[in-house]
Amino acid sequence: MRIALNVNGEPREVVAAWEGESLLFVLRERLGLPGSKNACEQGECGSCTVYLDGVPVCACLVLAAQADGREVLTVEGIAAGDELHPVQRAFVECGAVQCGFCTPGLVVAAHALLEANPDPGDGEIREALAGNVCRCTGYEKILEAVRVASAEMSR
Amino acid sequence: MTTTPTPQQHLETGSALGHSVPRKDSAQKIRGQVKYVGDTEVPGMLHGKVLRSEIPAGRIRSIDASAAEAMPGVVCVLVGTDLLDIDPYYGHAIRDRPIIAIDRVRFAGEPVAVVAAETEEQAEAAVRAIRVDYEPTPAATDLDGATGPGAPLVHEEPARGGAFHGLGNLPERLGNVCYRYELDWGDLDAAFAAADVVVEGTFEFGSAYQYSMETHACIAQVDGDEITMWANCQHPFLVRAEMASVFGVPLSNVRIIVPFLGGGFGSKSYTRLEPLTIAVARKARRPVRVVARVDEAILTSRQHSCRIHLRTAARNDGTLVARQAVCLFDTGAYADNGPRVVATAGDAAPGPYRWEAVSVVADCVYTNVSPAGSYRAFGAVHQQWAGELQVDEIARKLGIDPLEIRRRNLLRHGEDVRPGGKPLDGDLIGDVEKAAAALGWDRPRTEWVGRGLSVGVLAAGAHPVSCATVRMEADGLITVNCGTTEVGQGARTVMPQIAAEVLGLPVDRVRMGGTDTRFTPYDRSTGASRSTTVAGLAVQRAAEDLRRQLEDMAGGEADPAEYLNLMRGHFGFAGGELIGRADVHPEGSGSYAEGPVFWEVAVGAAEVEVDPDTGVVRALRTATIADVGRAINPAFVERQDEGGGIQGLGTGLFEEVLFDGGHLSTETLLEYRVPTTRDIPREMSCVIVENADGPGPFGAKGCGEGALAAVAAALATAVADAGVPVNQLPLTPERVWRAIQSRNDKRSEV
Repeated sequence: MRIALNVNGEPREVVAAWEGESLLFVLRERLGLPGSKNACEQGECGSCTVYLDGVPVCACLVLAAQADGREVLTVEGIAAGDELHPVQRAFVECGAVQCGFCTPGLVVAAHALLEANPDPGDGEIREALAGNVCRCTGYEKILEAVRVASAEMSR
Repeated sequence: MTTTPTPQQHLETGSALGHSVPRKDSAQKIRGQVKYVGDTEVPGMLHGKVLRSEIPAGRIRSIDASAAEAMPGVVCVLVGTDLLDIDPYYGHAIRDRPIIAIDRVRFAGEPVAVVAAETEEQAEAAVRAIRVDYEPTPAATDLDGATGPGAPLVHEEPARGGAFHGLGNLPERLGNVCYRYELDWGDLDAAFAAADVVVEGTFEFGSAYQYSMETHACIAQVDGDEITMWANCQHPFLVRAEMASVFGVPLSNVRIIVPFLGGGFGSKSYTRLEPLTIAVARKARRPVRVVARVDEAILTSRQHSCRIHLRTAARNDGTLVARQAVCLFDTGAYADNGPRVVATAGDAAPGPYRWEAVSVVADCVYTNVSPAGSYRAFGAVHQQWAGELQVDEIARKLGIDPLEIRRRNLLRHGEDVRPGGKPLDGDLIGDVEKAAAALGWDRPRTEWVGRGLSVGVLAAGAHPVSCATVRMEADGLITVNCGTTEVGQGARTVMPQIAAEVLGLPVDRVRMGGTDTRFTPYDRSTGASRSTTVAGLAVQRAAEDLRRQLEDMAGGEADPAEYLNLMRGHFGFAGGELIGRADVHPEGSGSYAEGPVFWEVAVGAAEVEVDPDTGVVRALRTATIADVGRAINPAFVERQDEGGGIQGLGTGLFEEVLFDGGHLSTETLLEYRVPTTRDIPREMSCVIVENADGPGPFGAKGCGEGALAAVAAALATAVADAGVPVNQLPLTPERVWRAIQSRNDKRSEV
């Protein structure tokens, strides 16, 4: 089986993938992009959140075959080169990163929230990130990081 | 002796100490560039998948792996009989657990066979092709089943002590009781007889799961008698010793490389997947990686559930006089860290009050369910809520405010927490007053809103052995080598802060990497809130040793701007390096001789709202106290308290590992729910208390665990304050609703 997809702006091809492989498996094990995390692998924790044609999805719940011919954006592609996206910068500055395992998914989810809603209220932030589990922080700094990023991006 | 600079001096020198230096690892983590064990590949690596027992207790008649072995990509299938050339039992407290089941299974989910194959998919398919013929035997699947008359024995062989239980001579096993902790002082009967008020109750505490986002993972490679592992273990040096003993190789031949951990919280304490990964790699003669699914991780470690029968006595003036606790802890099929959990819980059972008499009996009980081990704040979290509910019950009976009854009875600095060992080293009365103030204790409250306080202490620090080196390299940059694992707490930032402070250098000139037991100095463990205190002290001393070397070269005070010139002068060219080294060990008297290294404070307050129609409890506000002696990095202290507090909220309100007939019924995040952004209180305050009374660097002592016990207990006392005392955690809607109904029934009877 052969899957052609665009990942972080580059055309990529995967050969001999098993039909049941998830997009997450292909990203991590075949394309060398382990930033998206294999935490619950049931779509419950959000650690593998990536964009598929501009829509945030849990990569563990998407078959790689479904991504054929489509565009995928992962945490590795959120910012170019040494740059940090304002969401990433806010996560660092606010201290929203601890063990870091949920962080890639949260960065993509927060990025997606601000793309759709540049100035979210507290309730909207909580609701938008409710599908991303973090076990180290108390979420407070993550919420703050989204507010800070929102302010910076609207400048 | 070294002199500790004052806070003013730090500000004057622009030092990093006491400042919220940003995490050194966050830029890597935020890009998804950090490699955890599950992201790591070794050339020639196979993938391992585990076949687990389907029954809670039974004998293995036979295993037929021939079909699995013949499947594509399968290199080997490990079964129990492959282990008979070694002593295949492990367990740091009690050596009771086989690497995989050998002749019998003791819990549903116990590893029975491991497949190594070229791909994960091939390994999974082969696991499904293995046939096991079991002869089921009677199972003791809970405390009642394990302690009643005629209860089936989970273990029949004589107990063998493990290498690191640290609990003196382990007593003989009594039925399924593998360890008993007893604590007695004063004349209990006389104290109860003379008391004016006695409250009594039975408290049930459910088991939570640590739920570190990253599950257990290990890669093992065996070359002759050399074993190399990439493992996400919190205590690599203890695991190294245990694996050397099990596989019969020299200790230094076992090498464990620990990258970043995706959280631990105790779930990655001691030995987990390492022995079965080594065993299958040994058979395959190739490296093997095993990564647990979430359901497998829950079966690998969880918190102990327990039942506590508690009596507390007081005089009419509110003086607490006596407490008796009889406790049963469900440790599952293998002791794991159960004996230590039970001993710590026994210490925590009286609570930090001044008693005339105390009696505690705490039993660690084997059952045929998955093993329980360490989870953040163990012992304290089990006991504190129950003890604090009874303090409040007495206060209510006597018409005394909960804050006032604590003021009257809490231990003061320097008083004995229990006979022997370190006296209290914190300011509990000041702490609980601060927690009450942060919550707005005296504000008027509405119906179905409750406020609660809780106070406890937790024996922390574990065995005080840590070694460290601080190395100045040829370019003048500093590397801290210290075996503390970066689990998310910020060790790789805090240790550089400590060394930078001693050397008078900016923190960006100091770095710290991961652990490789072949090169990294020994550290006992990453747990018991000990890293900043004990390992941090070793780092401080090692940096001082390095500074002394530079002072010797300078013939007096060494200016940090001249360090590189001094070293180059010494070596006569632009090379060489200087290594400062030091350790911490049981020494002198006090903290590092008597234990515990310090008493971690667990003080909190909570405000809740109870929905009387549904029983749903909503945490509105929480306050925790981080009584840390000295905050090396205040933001990290707050993050520890927030994270611990939210885990306390989960433990207090809804997280519970459930078994049905010995089978895990909470296998996924759907059945086992952890707090999300929807659950967090509107306001979480953390008050940092700095009295410089800790035994660590610059007067620091550890934090991060107390908040879990404090918040769980404060939620329980707050729900009781709202009018619904419930003797069961977590406070699920059903339990709270039933308590409301039974209260209403009693009222209507009157």
